[in-house]
Amino acid sequence: MKRKALALFMCTAMAAGLMTGCGSSGAKSEAPAASEAPAASEAAEAPAASEAPAASEAAASEAPAASEAASEAAASEAPAADTPANEIAKNDGEAISVGFAQVGAESDWRTASTESVKSAFSEENGYNLIFNDAQQKQENQIKAIRDFISQDVDYIILDPVTETGWDQPLQEAFDAGIPVIIVDRMVDVKDPSLYTAWIGSDFELEGKKACGYLKAYLDAKGYTGDVNIVDIQGTIGASAQIGRTKGFDDAAKANGWNVVAQQTGEFTQAKGQEVMESILKQSDNINVVYCENDNEAFGARDAIEAAGKKVGSDIANGDILLMSFDCTKAGLTDTLNGSILVNTECNPLYGPVLTQMIQKLKAGETLDHDTYIEEAQFSADDSVTSINVDGTDYPVTILTQEVLDARAY
Amino acid sequence: MKKFKDIDTNKFLLGITIVMFFVMYIIGMIVFNKQGFAKPQVFLNLFVNNAGLIVIATSMTMVMITGGIDISVGSLVAMDCMILGDLMMNKGWGAWSAMLAVLVIGLVYGSVQGFLISYLNIQPFIITLAGMFFGRGMTAIISTEMISITNETFSSIAQCKIILPIMGTMNKHGKMMYPFIYPSVIIALAILIIMFVVLKFTKFGRSIYAIGGNEQSAMLMGLNVKKTKFIVYVLDGFLASIGGILFCMNTMAGFVEQAKGFEMDAIAGAVIGGTLLTGGVGNVFGSLFGCMIRGTIESFISFQGTLSSWWVRITIALLLTFFIVLQSIFSKIKAKK
Repeated sequence: MKRKALALFMCTAMAAGLMTGCGSSGAKSEAPAASEAPAASEAAEAPAASEAPAASEAAASEAPAASEAASEAAASEAPAADTPANEIAKNDGEAISVGFAQVGAESDWRTASTESVKSAFSEENGYNLIFNDAQQKQENQIKAIRDFISQDVDYIILDPVTETGWDQPLQEAFDAGIPVIIVDRMVDVKDPSLYTAWIGSDFELEGKKACGYLKAYLDAKGYTGDVNIVDIQGTIGASAQIGRTKGFDDAAKANGWNVVAQQTGEFTQAKGQEVMESILKQSDNINVVYCENDNEAFGARDAIEAAGKKVGSDIANGDILLMSFDCTKAGLTDTLNGSILVNTECNPLYGPVLTQMIQKLKAGETLDHDTYIEEAQFSADDSVTSINVDGTDYPVTILTQEVLDARAY
Repeated sequence: MKKFKDIDTNKFLLGITIVMFFVMYIIGMIVFNKQGFAKPQVFLNLFVNNAGLIVIATSMTMVMITGGIDISVGSLVAMDCMILGDLMMNKGWGAWSAMLAVLVIGLVYGSVQGFLISYLNIQPFIITLAGMFFGRGMTAIISTEMISITNETFSSIAQCKIILPIMGTMNKHGKMMYPFIYPSVIIALAILIIMFVVLKFTKFGRSIYAIGGNEQSAMLMGLNVKKTKFIVYVLDGFLASIGGILFCMNTMAGFVEQAKGFEMDAIAGAVIGGTLLTGGVGNVFGSLFGCMIRGTIESFISFQGTLSSWWVRITIALLLTFFIVLQSIFSKIKAKK
């Protein structure tokens, strides 16, 4: 009997252990104010704010600390912006429960995105966030959505692992009457009304902004020589690659730039370096390199330096101009020291804008079905402070150590 | 003490698993009552989410009873999904013929592995490891892109909600929510019951247990060990393909990265359900409860809302250790006897 008793004891101990394991660390501290950190100028940019005319009173009345930081910049340049995009819309009354199905924690960008959402949907702001990390598995996200529906959450935010295979879970959420906001990746469903709204990056605009900067920069420097430009593309077929390449192609054609080579670097440093090395062997008149993310830019920089050339900002004297995207911490560090001329942001800080969207839904407003998140552009060179793309002005942030330190990722 | 020894090892391990599942579930209902853990849908979701896994775990149990193992199933599932997607979306096949093709591929896969394992006497681990690499590789060769399956027939089968008109609740959004399942759940449970009957009440099933218990004596008893093992792996490939189709009905997409580590989830489910890795002992219902325990832990984490989802792995690790220790205690007792 002893053994049986022992076995039973172990069994119950196990079950008890499970429960304490699940229950104990509930009150986990969350990184404070992570989302208010980005450069104040982002708030000033605020083109999206005009798309949001009657922003909720809750958001307008309770301006948190973020607006102080943004105030100097915002006051002059964005007079009509009633809600800066990086301001958290607090919730009055009963806490709103929000289920957030996140992809995972595979990159710094993703982690920054998670932290932004977590800190925006905090208890102090009147939300109850139910967070689920899918570990990069779609099947886990489908389970998470079903659990959110069972829990009867007020809203579901989904950052999908894949674009495909969402008809069934989204239909279930739709049947339950729960609004779903899709973040970052698009979803490929038969009926787009299954989800309430999508918000993500406008990759084509990112490409246009980068090229717009290059043009403005060359004009500002009075450079009239040939522009021999290389495009190191991202992974072919990725939405970031498609958009950024399109922006590039259009600008190269419009400005008469000579495209020396266009090859994929698969968004990695190793491949970016390899591609750049082989391109440098074939032609030595290259003076601009357009990399579609930071990792490729690091690889390209190494290849250029290994070939005995210099990356920098002085194109007239043989420097190669390096352009990059994403604005990771490492990428901006290189932008600050001048080896990357201009870095165009791919903004992961979805938290504040999501709170605004949810407050609008709560107030009974309808959202635009597809919206783009605002994104900044950084350069350490101060000769260009604003660029114009398709008739809209976008400011360029002059990167300093303070700006870099203030960023959340 | 005498009485204890008489208890069937198989039944006792199964009993512990079932009791543990219900204890965990009831604790969940108490702790997460406010969030609605007690709703019947939460329970049904264990089946809805894991229909594919249940079938795979069932077939894994059968393989493990013979003393073998099959770690190729995860890749096979990914390959099945990809082939389904490719045939239906790119090649214009009908849903039924695509599903039939996948089942045939499963049979072929199983036959090759079974032949090598039983007739050439190679370690099942090595052969199925090769099968695992092959399956994943072939999936990527077919396409590295995601293929979304929008075939009318396939999605109407997959998304046909079977609503149970009882215990409906009104949710916050003013919708009446009745519990529902998908056809995949019925298929999975049907296969589970068929496999239970096959293993318990047929000559083939009893041969499997005999081979797992002791291959030598099974041979001396006049059983055709090689043939039985071969059939086991063929059947395993076939069931894995059914599991793949059910998995695909849940995700509705083909993608290289799908179902990674699925074979390990199935093995964990079987072990937690009382199947011995050394063979001879196991029950498909135990594996069902093993999978459901896993699903319950996942629901706990997701209802709790702030814990990292990696805790699922950690708890499964603890549970596995617990059950392995329990099993070794049992085999010690047996040896003494």
